[in-house]
Amino acid sequence: MLFYILRRFLYTLPIAIGVSLVCFALVHLAPGDPISAILPENASPQLIEEVKTAYGFDKPLPIQYLYWLGNVVSGDLGTSIMTRRAVLSEVIPAVGNTLILAACAVLIGFVVGIGLGTIAGYNSGSILDKAVTAFAITGVSVPHYWLGMVLIVLFSVNLGWLPATGMGSLGSGELPFTLDGLKHIILPAMTLAVIPAGIIARSVRATVSEVRKQDFVQTLYAKGLTSRYVFVHVAKNAAPTVLAIMGLQLAQLLGGSILVETVFAWPGTGFLLNAAIFTRDLPILQGTILVLSIFFVVTNLAVDVLQMMLDPRVKRV
Amino acid sequence: MSDQAATFSGAIPDTVKTERSRSFWQAVFRRLSRDPLTMICAAILLAIVLIAIFAPWIAPNDPYKTSMVRRLKPPGTPGYWLGTDELGRDMLSRLIYGGRLSLFMGFTPVVVATFIGGTLGVIAGYAGGRINMAIMRLIDVFYAFPSVLLAVAISGALGAGIVNGLVSLILVFIPPIARVAESVTTQVRTQDFIEAARATGASGARIVTGHVLSNVVGPILIYASSLISVSIVIASGLSFLGLGVSPPLADWGLMLNTLRQSIYIAPVNAVLPGVMIFTTSMCFNLMSDGLRSAMDVKG
Repeated sequence: MLFYILRRFLYTLPIAIGVSLVCFALVHLAPGDPISAILPENASPQLIEEVKTAYGFDKPLPIQYLYWLGNVVSGDLGTSIMTRRAVLSEVIPAVGNTLILAACAVLIGFVVGIGLGTIAGYNSGSILDKAVTAFAITGVSVPHYWLGMVLIVLFSVNLGWLPATGMGSLGSGELPFTLDGLKHIILPAMTLAVIPAGIIARSVRATVSEVRKQDFVQTLYAKGLTSRYVFVHVAKNAAPTVLAIMGLQLAQLLGGSILVETVFAWPGTGFLLNAAIFTRDLPILQGTILVLSIFFVVTNLAVDVLQMMLDPRVKRV
Repeated sequence: MSDQAATFSGAIPDTVKTERSRSFWQAVFRRLSRDPLTMICAAILLAIVLIAIFAPWIAPNDPYKTSMVRRLKPPGTPGYWLGTDELGRDMLSRLIYGGRLSLFMGFTPVVVATFIGGTLGVIAGYAGGRINMAIMRLIDVFYAFPSVLLAVAISGALGAGIVNGLVSLILVFIPPIARVAESVTTQVRTQDFIEAARATGASGARIVTGHVLSNVVGPILIYASSLISVSIVIASGLSFLGLGVSPPLADWGLMLNTLRQSIYIAPVNAVLPGVMIFTTSMCFNLMSDGLRSAMDVKG
């Protein structure tokens, strides 16, 4: 088992390096010089040279990359062009806010997805099954940024029940579970949960009905087990597949929250990225994307290891 | 299934094989035509596409003509069935014209990515060994980003614009398509009929074009068709963020973006463009599902 974890970890390392390369390249992909954004238009050639040397832009690209990677590993993601603050000190609170939102969305998405998927898998072919499939397809197809707007129109503009934007008391670092905080998180979390709920419901339905067709389920019934106990066995067998999909969804949520955060003015990574794009604050853009994608890589690693612990058959593949 | 098994077997003479494979496609179309949901979706999509193509003849008003006096008129206003937007432009005409860019931005990346990703995947799957390693590890790196994040990152760095939006979406869709292409090609490569073709002295290129492609194109296309709906939603999402299509062009995502400010004054107008994105994406999803079950491809 340790060997498997080690091998999986070694496999992740080159991917993490590749991800860092892509993030490094982002700044150089951008039109114009990376330093043109921080200098006035009429800067003298001498000043340009000085700034280039100061930021290390006069060195060849591979050297620049290693220099940058060294800084990143020691926790220095550069300085924001707009605020002049360290990128990390801007990114960390934003990641925290995104995680709060993603965690709530994951909770809703997983509970709804697993519940509906199991019901549909146990009643395949029935009207219930068709209703769940319809919900799942809708969840997968709906543009969630638009769904967010529709929810705002319904619950904030028309009914006036819930606030449309912001974090409320959640943002001020107070106790996270005040009524005000909950009110602010309901709409964005529900919006963000729709896609994973749909995808999970779909795959749980497929997995459960697949497992139920296997011979051992017939044997369990023949042994005289009640359906409640058979369900435990079915759940155990369906768990690894479902877990893998859920892990992937959790990680996708972090990236997908950009659009939802924009709709609800939620001060997370999406909000930060949006601001960085319009002010052409490339260090912030680069730093946020690096942190999020490394998070994504690590989540995938954790899911793989967890899946192996639950189902030793995975190891042999 | 028996039709499929026939196309997989290399022992059947050429004439019989083509006849059989034609009947496979006939079976697919027969099954599709008996699937009412898929046919309804196909009809809706066809209508949306035709309306977009013939927009100049169908749209009742000029989609770019602004007017300060008739801003944000509600739907049902005489002459402006679906109301007007925040600059007084006719919503219906803009929705009709918007289909052109939105469909183009959703469809093109999948087509290009299917070509590039499919080629990479087939090469990696057929060549195996080091070439496979090199291609697939590179793909894995891009696969390590959440898709929306990668699209936003690339077009955010490149800046707004239709071409930059397309480039970022193509890069997002190459990895998943290459992965599917690689895995089906690897499966086909180990089949007996490939071995038989090799034994008759056929070259690598001949085997790939003559035997491998015909067996992997179906699954790849089915997978690609399921990406169109994702692509339309993400492409509109980019425009919604202010990346991708820029004003004053008509695009559903961009319309959502600019109308978002008016959500308290004219909520119905503000959410209308999303209805179009949702309908299109939903129909593509259902059609892809219908196609998948008609071709009986698993996965």
